[in-house]
Amino acid sequence: MKAIRSMILVSSDPESMDHGALEVFSTLQKQILAHGLEEEISLSMISDVSKKSQNPLVLVYPDAVIYGSVTPEDIPHIVEEHLYKGRVVEEKQISPYDLSGRIAWLTARKGTLPAENRIVLKNVGLIDPEIIDDYIINEGYEALGKVLKEMTPKETYTVIKESGLQGRGGAGFPTGLKWQFVAGEKRDKKYVICNADESEPGTFKDRLVLEGDPHAIIEAMTIAAYAVGADEGFVYIRGEYGLAITRMQKAIEQAQEYGLLGDNIFGTGFAFNIHIHAGAGAYICGEETALIESIEGNRGEPRARPPYPTTAGLWQKPTVVNNVETLANIPAIIRNGPEWYKSIGTPSSPGTKVYTILGNVNVTGLIEVPMGITLREVISIYAKGMKDGGTFKVAQTGGSSGSIIPASLQDTPMDFDSYNKAGVSLGSGALLIGNQDVCVVDLAKVLLNFFRFESCGKCNPCRIGNKRAFDVLSRIAEGVGNLQDLVDLQMLSNQLFELSNCGLGQTAGSPLKDILAHFQAEVEAHIKLKVCPAGVCPMSGNWEHQID
Amino acid sequence: MSTIKSLDDLKKIREEALKKQQIKESSGKTEVIVGMGTVGIAAGARETLKAILETIEKENLSDIIVRQTGNIGLDSYEPIVQVAVSGKDKVSYGKVNPEMAQRIIKEHVVEGEIISEYQIKG
Repeated sequence: MKAIRSMILVSSDPESMDHGALEVFSTLQKQILAHGLEEEISLSMISDVSKKSQNPLVLVYPDAVIYGSVTPEDIPHIVEEHLYKGRVVEEKQISPYDLSGRIAWLTARKGTLPAENRIVLKNVGLIDPEIIDDYIINEGYEALGKVLKEMTPKETYTVIKESGLQGRGGAGFPTGLKWQFVAGEKRDKKYVICNADESEPGTFKDRLVLEGDPHAIIEAMTIAAYAVGADEGFVYIRGEYGLAITRMQKAIEQAQEYGLLGDNIFGTGFAFNIHIHAGAGAYICGEETALIESIEGNRGEPRARPPYPTTAGLWQKPTVVNNVETLANIPAIIRNGPEWYKSIGTPSSPGTKVYTILGNVNVTGLIEVPMGITLREVISIYAKGMKDGGTFKVAQTGGSSGSIIPASLQDTPMDFDSYNKAGVSLGSGALLIGNQDVCVVDLAKVLLNFFRFESCGKCNPCRIGNKRAFDVLSRIAEGVGNLQDLVDLQMLSNQLFELSNCGLGQTAGSPLKDILAHFQAEVEAHIKLKVCPAGVCPMSGNWEHQID
Repeated sequence: MSTIKSLDDLKKIREEALKKQQIKESSGKTEVIVGMGTVGIAAGARETLKAILETIEKENLSDIIVRQTGNIGLDSYEPIVQVAVSGKDKVSYGKVNPEMAQRIIKEHVVEGEIISEYQIKG
C-alpha cells in the first residue's frame, strides 16, 4: 500500500444526509479518481461530527481544515485546489468551534499521516517461510552474526534498552531492562522463552509471524540468549496453531544444519538450543508464570510474585519471557541501531505496533503502523470505514484483556503512555470495532463470561469475582437489575483489579470500569427503563441462576 | 550443507541465493505465489493451489514456478494469489477460487493479460 497523504471524512449524521452528504461523497470519490489521487487519499464517512445548519461537512486530515455546507458543485474546485494543488479553499472553510461531537487534530501530525511501516512483518507474506535461504537473502541472521562476532552481551542488551522497545504482549515492560535483570543474575543455567501462546481472542498477529517468518524468532531468541547468558530456549506455541508448529520445527532444523543454532553457533563456541512446547489451549497459559508452570509439566496456574521470572523462572532459574512480536523487532534493531528505532513511533513508545482489525468494518486484517496512530485513522484509512454506513460506537482492544474504548477517545494516540493517561490500555493489539448495534452490557457480559470460564480458580477474587460480575450483568441484560448493581459492579471491578493474583483477574475488571465510566447512561437505561437501546439484550424479565 | 562460521560465510550463502534468484528471474520464468497462512488455507488456498497445479499440468505449461508464502495481512481478500511475470511488477489477486485460478493461469500467465476485476486495489 502506498503512503496515504490525506484522509477525508464526510459527515453523515441525519442532517447531513438530508442535505446530500451521499452525493457529496460520491462526487468526491469520482473527482479523486479523475485526478488519479485514489492511492494517496482515503475517503470515508463519519457520523459523530456535525455543525448546525452548515452540514454536510468535509474534514481534511491532517491539514485540520473543515469545509461547511458543501454541495456536490463545490467538490471539483475543492479537489482541484486543495487536494491536487495543496491550497486551502478559504471561502468554503468554516471555524472548528461549535461542532457537535469531538474531533481532535494531532498537531504533531500536520502534513503527514502514519503510513504502514513494516518491521515485524517485513518478510511475512513475501518470503517462503520453509526455505532458510529466503530469509538469509533478506538480511536474515546478519544481526546474530554481528552480535556474536562484534558485541559483548552487555552491549547487546544496552542497544535494546536504548531503543526503548517495550514488550508487545500487552503490559509494555521495557525489554532491554528485562534482559539486563536476567543478565545480572549469576546462576549456572538460564532460559529464554518465546511466549507464542497468543490466547487472546481475536488476536492473530503472532501466528502470522510464526507462520510467515519463523527464522526471525529463532534469530531473536538466540540474540536474547547471548545477551543474558542462556543456553536453552522454549517456544511455547498454542496447540491450535498446527501450521505454526510445523513451520517452526522445520525452521529450527534448517538453522541447526547451517550452524546457526546448536553447540557452536557461527563458529564462536556459543551454544543455544530451542525446543517447541505446544500449549493445550488454556487462556491462562499466556500469563508468563502460568506458562512456565505449564512447561514444567504442572497445572497452568500463575505463581505468586515476587520473585519474578527474571530471578526465579523456569525450574527456578532466571528466565526471559518475551512475546513473539517483541522478539521480531530485535534483529532489525540490532542491524539498524537504536536511534533508527527511536525515530519511529512516539517519543515515549518507539517503534511500530501490529494490530488485527476485526468487527463491523469494511476491511479486516492485519496492519503494522507506527505507535501513536489514532483509532479514527485506523478505521478510516486501513479498515476503509464502517460497514454498511454504520456509526463507530465502541472498540475493544487487546483480545479480552484490553479496554472498552468509547468513540470520544478515537482521537487519542495509540501508544502505551497516552492510553495510560486516558485510563485505558492497548492490550495485545486486537481491535474489535463495534457499530451502533453493539450493546455495551452485552459486550461486557460476553467478556466476563469468557473470564469466568478461563479463570484458573487459584485465587478467590478472580474465581468468585468474575462469576458474580457475570451474574450481575446477566440480570441487567434481562431487565431485572437494580441501581445497587451499578455500585456492585464498580466494587467488583476494583476488587478484581486490586486483589487478583495475576493479569487475568486484574484485567477482568476493566470492562466493568469502562462501561460505567463511558456508557453509564446506556447501562442505566437497562435498569431504569428496562430497555436495551441497541436492542441486543433479551430483557425477558425472568432471570434464573445460570448453572453450567 | 556447510555450516556458517563467520559473517563472510553468511554473506556467501546470501550471495549464492541471490544469484539463484536472479537466474530464476532472468530466465523468463513466471512466479505464481499463493498465500498459505492459516487464514488463506481456511479460505480455500489449498483448493486454489490445486487448481493452479492442475491447470499447469493440463495445459502442459512449462517455465512456471509455483511457491507458497505466509499471510500478508489482507485477510478480507484471502486466498491471495500473486503473479510475477519476469521483469514486471507483482500483480495481486484477491478471493481467488479454483475457477478464477484457472482463468488467471490461462489469461495472465500464458497470454500476459492482467485480469483487472480480480485485482486487489490499495
